[in-house]
Amino acid sequence: MTSATAPGKKGRGGSLGWLALPALAFFVAFAVVPLVGVLLLSFTTWDGLGEIELSGLDSWTAVLSNPGLMHSLWVTFLVMVLSWAFQTPLSILLGVFLAGRQRYRAVLAVVYFIPLLLSSAAIAITYKALLDPNFGLGAGLKIPLLVQDWLGEPSLAVGVVVFVVSWQFIPFHSLLYQGGVRQIPRSIYEAAELDGAGRVRMFWSITMPQLKYTIITSSTLMVVGSLTFFDLIYVMTAGGPGDATRVLALDMYKRGFQANLMGPASVIAVILVLVGLFLALLLRRIGGGNNSDSQLEGA
Amino acid sequence: MGLPLGAALAACGTSGPTRPGAEASSSSGAGAAGATYWYLSVQPQEGVRTRTMERFNKANPTGTIKGTTFANDAFKTKIKTAIGAGQAPTLIWGWGGGGLRSYVQAGQVEDLTSWFDENAAVKDRLFDSSFGAATIDGKIYAIPCETMQPIVLYYDKRAFEKINAKPPESWGDIMALVPKFNAAGIAPFSLGGQSRWTNMMWLEFLFDRIGGPEVFQAVFDEKKDAWNNPIAIDALTKMQELIKADGFIKGFSSITADSNADQALLYTGKAAMMLHGGWCYGSMKADGGDFVSGGHLGYMNFPPVEGGKGDPTNTVGNPGQYMSISSKATPEAKEIAKKFFATELMSDTAVKEWVGTGAVPVVKGSDKEFAASEDADFLNFVYGIAVNAKAFAQSWDQALSPTAAEVLLDNIAKLFQLSITPQEFATNMNAVIGK
Repeated sequence: MTSATAPGKKGRGGSLGWLALPALAFFVAFAVVPLVGVLLLSFTTWDGLGEIELSGLDSWTAVLSNPGLMHSLWVTFLVMVLSWAFQTPLSILLGVFLAGRQRYRAVLAVVYFIPLLLSSAAIAITYKALLDPNFGLGAGLKIPLLVQDWLGEPSLAVGVVVFVVSWQFIPFHSLLYQGGVRQIPRSIYEAAELDGAGRVRMFWSITMPQLKYTIITSSTLMVVGSLTFFDLIYVMTAGGPGDATRVLALDMYKRGFQANLMGPASVIAVILVLVGLFLALLLRRIGGGNNSDSQLEGA
Repeated sequence: MGLPLGAALAACGTSGPTRPGAEASSSSGAGAAGATYWYLSVQPQEGVRTRTMERFNKANPTGTIKGTTFANDAFKTKIKTAIGAGQAPTLIWGWGGGGLRSYVQAGQVEDLTSWFDENAAVKDRLFDSSFGAATIDGKIYAIPCETMQPIVLYYDKRAFEKINAKPPESWGDIMALVPKFNAAGIAPFSLGGQSRWTNMMWLEFLFDRIGGPEVFQAVFDEKKDAWNNPIAIDALTKMQELIKADGFIKGFSSITADSNADQALLYTGKAAMMLHGGWCYGSMKADGGDFVSGGHLGYMNFPPVEGGKGDPTNTVGNPGQYMSISSKATPEAKEIAKKFFATELMSDTAVKEWVGTGAVPVVKGSDKEFAASEDADFLNFVYGIAVNAKAFAQSWDQALSPTAAEVLLDNIAKLFQLSITPQEFATNMNAVIGK
């Protein structure tokens, strides 16, 4: 946002400021305006059909006093942390592998990349079918271990959601890490090799520290992105069983579009924005200052 | 900036899907005079709706209807959003009751009372009991159409032969059958629990059989603490007893009804019984191989509960589907819609086609058409239920306002997960009475 507002002033930073105008216009039209709209709606009562009535803090008290909010926050947090913890190590390992020069690497890279090309809804429908306790993979192949009530047991359902989300997004983060690893100058590795460092030692002492900013970028995308997981969970479990997988975004949808409570739904939207901003800022802090700093030699 | 973009999109929208009636409507110049109609995309019903519309368009080339189809759950959200945004189709298809009431309160649908007075012949052909859910505060806002769909207890005769038992005649029989079926490796009941309204059908019958329609009527009439009625608590407790006894198929809470997976469990022999809407007959006939044609499917009304006050002829479900006219539509489109109501919507040909799907149209005397149908037994059974029912209650989630319905479905899902007790259910539900 800061970078978007600066070029709004005419010409001070040179004659290229106007180049940002289209982007700025889109940002205002599709991010700022809806955001303000949602904030205003959160102080109203509206069923989506009739008149919008101002109702002060009614929607806020209704949402904040509802135990459902804490539950949804907790589920969102759980999915966020678990999917981060699951995706990050695997993405780093895959990314490092893909950055190497092994045989068949290119072929494997294409295979790993496939999940990212599929739509979330298609992935959800496929997994739902595979995990069906009566007609799914386990029942079909007669493997007792796979015949679980995957999406019907609350704790299993959360696990499955985390797994499928990770399955979908690991390719993307692997790609980030692959790029990150490729940026690391070979000279550092060569020097380490001369000093007698093994592969594992080089991974921990060179690759990981050099990937610091990639990790922060990827983690920010994962964490903030996990706040908005909706389609996959909606199709796969619809927030169920009960409310075991009802994340904040799903809670917002259900209140807004199924229960016709646009006011409280807007409150949740505002909470989502605030949580997202807070997390993004927090991760920047942890990253230690400016992301544009470089750890590379000579930069 | 948004304006030209929006205009461009609108242009795409009108020029794209008009192909079927394009040459017919070109005489009117703009081609925008037609009415629009959104409907559900599940076969075989979709086919009937499409053909009915096409017949109308053929007979009325100057004022045609343009249809768009949607999946059930997507439709429910889409139509509400579109109406709220003033983008509703001319013909608003729905289930009447609480959803219709919210449209009426927002002034989004036409009052059809006077139109029905002028066209008494149209009204007299349809079942009186179907008009209840179309009537809000004494005025009629929708025309009942398509079919009556009471909830029916389906069963697999082969499963009963296997354990050498008879279909249940009481709640006690049901509870006694559960361990027998489980011992034989067959789930007693199939259930698409993720859809939530499927669970609700059980409660609708238990409430009715134990206490009669008055128990839910008190909720509908917004009586304070209506869910605290001891009969309600008793029904909820019985429900959880059946769940705890493994009365339902393993993993029921992750099965959806939209995919018809619950019906598949019945016709593949994995489950012995299923409480479901009358519309399942047609889809099980289409998908279930020789399950229906081979005479393996049995059906009955929900059995009485010992000591219950409810009349065992009572039923619940959809007393019909409903079509309203958007108050925001152009006068020309409204005229086309009314003409559609008066002519093709439930014409004799349409009635025949609906009977052909294995369902009972909302038209009086439609049982005359049954004899020629290979589904005559089932059709007569449903017609009998619909005509003889002392009370034909509307599904709860359709009768209540969308806000209350969402809380209801949410709590029903938790009740079936055994994560709340009957008393907690009642307390949660009492909190939203009148909302």
